Amino acid sequence: MISKDTKLILDISDLHASVEDQPILQGVNLRVHSGEIHALMGRNGCGKSTLAKILAGHPSYKVTSGQVLFCGQDLLAMEPEERARLGVFLGFQYPIEIPGVSNLEFLRVATNARRQCRGEEELDLFDFEDFVIDRLKIVQMDPAFLERSVNEGFSGGEKKRNEILQMALLEPIVSILDETDSGLDIDALRVVASGVKQLANPDNATLLITHYQRLLNEITPHFVHVMAAGRILRTGGPELALKLEQAGYDWLDDPSLDQEGE
Amino acid sequence: MSAPEWLVSLPAPYGVLESVQRRGRQYLASLGLPDFAEESWRLCDLARLEALLKLPVSSQQTDVHDYGQDKWPRPQSESLRVVLDPFRDPLESISLPNGITPLTSEELEQTLGHTLDVCECNATWPIAINHACAMNVLALKVDGSDLPPLELVINARPSELSATRVVLVLEENARLDLLQVVLGSRHSAHSHLLEIHLGQEASLNHGWVALGGGDASLMAHLAVEQETRSNYELTSVQQGWLFGRLEPRLVQVNGQAKTVLRGLQIASKSEQLATHSFVRFDGPEGDLDQLQKAVASDSSHSIFNGAIDVPRAAQRTNAAQLSRNLLLSGRARIDTKPELQIVADDVRCAHGATVSQLQQDELFYMRSRGISSDRSMKLLLQGYCQEIIKCLPINGERWTLLDQLVSV
Repeated sequence: MISKDTKLILDISDLHASVEDQPILQGVNLRVHSGEIHALMGRNGCGKSTLAKILAGHPSYKVTSGQVLFCGQDLLAMEPEERARLGVFLGFQYPIEIPGVSNLEFLRVATNARRQCRGEEELDLFDFEDFVIDRLKIVQMDPAFLERSVNEGFSGGEKKRNEILQMALLEPIVSILDETDSGLDIDALRVVASGVKQLANPDNATLLITHYQRLLNEITPHFVHVMAAGRILRTGGPELALKLEQAGYDWLDDPSLDQEGE
Repeated sequence: MSAPEWLVSLPAPYGVLESVQRRGRQYLASLGLPDFAEESWRLCDLARLEALLKLPVSSQQTDVHDYGQDKWPRPQSESLRVVLDPFRDPLESISLPNGITPLTSEELEQTLGHTLDVCECNATWPIAINHACAMNVLALKVDGSDLPPLELVINARPSELSATRVVLVLEENARLDLLQVVLGSRHSAHSHLLEIHLGQEASLNHGWVALGGGDASLMAHLAVEQETRSNYELTSVQQGWLFGRLEPRLVQVNGQAKTVLRGLQIASKSEQLATHSFVRFDGPEGDLDQLQKAVASDSSHSIFNGAIDVPRAAQRTNAAQLSRNLLLSGRARIDTKPELQIVADDVRCAHGATVSQLQQDELFYMRSRGISSDRSMKLLLQGYCQEIIKCLPINGERWTLLDQLVSV
């Protein structure tokens, strides 16, 4: 998947951030190129989800220092909607239910916002229905879910499928999937993972945030990063995830391994 | 102008409601303005109420009847549209379907005011205003269940105070979908009084859409009496009145009936919109499901007072009332108050009230999909309102286009 003509999509340098004056990120460095799939692992509370939300522009988090460039542009200076329109996608760990707002309308408005930014023509209701029906196949989702309110009454698996459907419609440049595998049974995990794989191409990149090897059995990452105490402690290949699966995160606390994997 | 001065300016009593007009005027002459110490008037803007009494009362037929009709949504093919005007016979060019007939003079005499007596609201200020001014009454009897939906449209006259009155009797087992639409216009003030009697096992799905405009005012009183095993659903939407007051008042005369009340009021600018509902169960095993929603922005004021009366005879009543409110501006104000009087000891009466802002997590979720902050807010507000609007009968959404209803 990675070609010689890869482009630097995401360049995170010495990122520090806090929420309610509590420091969470303490110097994150990460570079993601086109065609790459990265996995980000780490104990609960180490800052994985915070990093994801900061990249998407969540207003509750405050960046105290550092820089994030997205395709060479200052990502942190942009509003959340600008980031999304330019091609940053966050797959939520807990997708939000929005009663009363039709899923179909929500998807159409979002898709058109992205299309407009890319200089493409907006889709009317009829063209969008054709488009979305085609994209539903990627996540094997029942069209009936389009008629319901956004995520309302969806099971955990259905919500995650709806997230990947949005990814399929928005065709982002970088997709940050925050524990997309949580709450999924084996079959749903395969469907979601299959969707992510189908959408990965040489021009985009994926950052998978996960606790479990089971997702990485379905989607083999090019790089695995392990976060601890607000920064990336180790980086390696898929074998790093396997090592964590066997030895747990306590293995990271062994000071004799400090030189390994850096 | 004070109430007595205003009364002198009214046209002399006449017509089918002559005695009612005299009674209403006597009442107003003795009372003047409402007692602002009373709970239901405590939050009312006195100046706006007084302004009503500065407007001349409609006294003659004008061409206003046709004003704006070209902009109205077309009636649905199977439905019957009746336009109410204080000085025209609303049925003059209408052919009523089988099952809907005008009340005879004798029936009208027996029926007029009966539901107001049952609801114990004959001697209240908004009703006295209607009594004093209304020159005509549309009184219909409904018998049968396979009837076309009925649409009653009121187009308030600019720079006048107008009044309309309707009496509706649903016989046993009758079923009807009714949509009432009240349209305000510049400097208009309107008073509407509706009495509904639901016979045993009768069912009425009632929509109320009140769309003001400019500095229009509206006072509407809906009095409903329900016999056993009857079913009454009211879905009300009011928006755009400088002074808007809706008073649904219901009595389940022998209990064992079902009542659903859904309300939405959207207040913006400096509008004051109020809903004062009252439900009383005079027998056992009655059922009430009430959801009242409000959106208040700018420096508007939204008021809800929801009274539920469960006397000793109303054992095994099952009532639930929820008031949900969105406060969109620091200058806007929302007053919401449940008022439950429960004497019966074997009942379930739940109530709750929330006042909140738009959910930030919902806003962020939408923005994270590229949808602008304004558009996200609009979609969220539309979603919030849709829960009520979608329940309007006869596709009442046609009158309340969401885009116009919700402006951010």
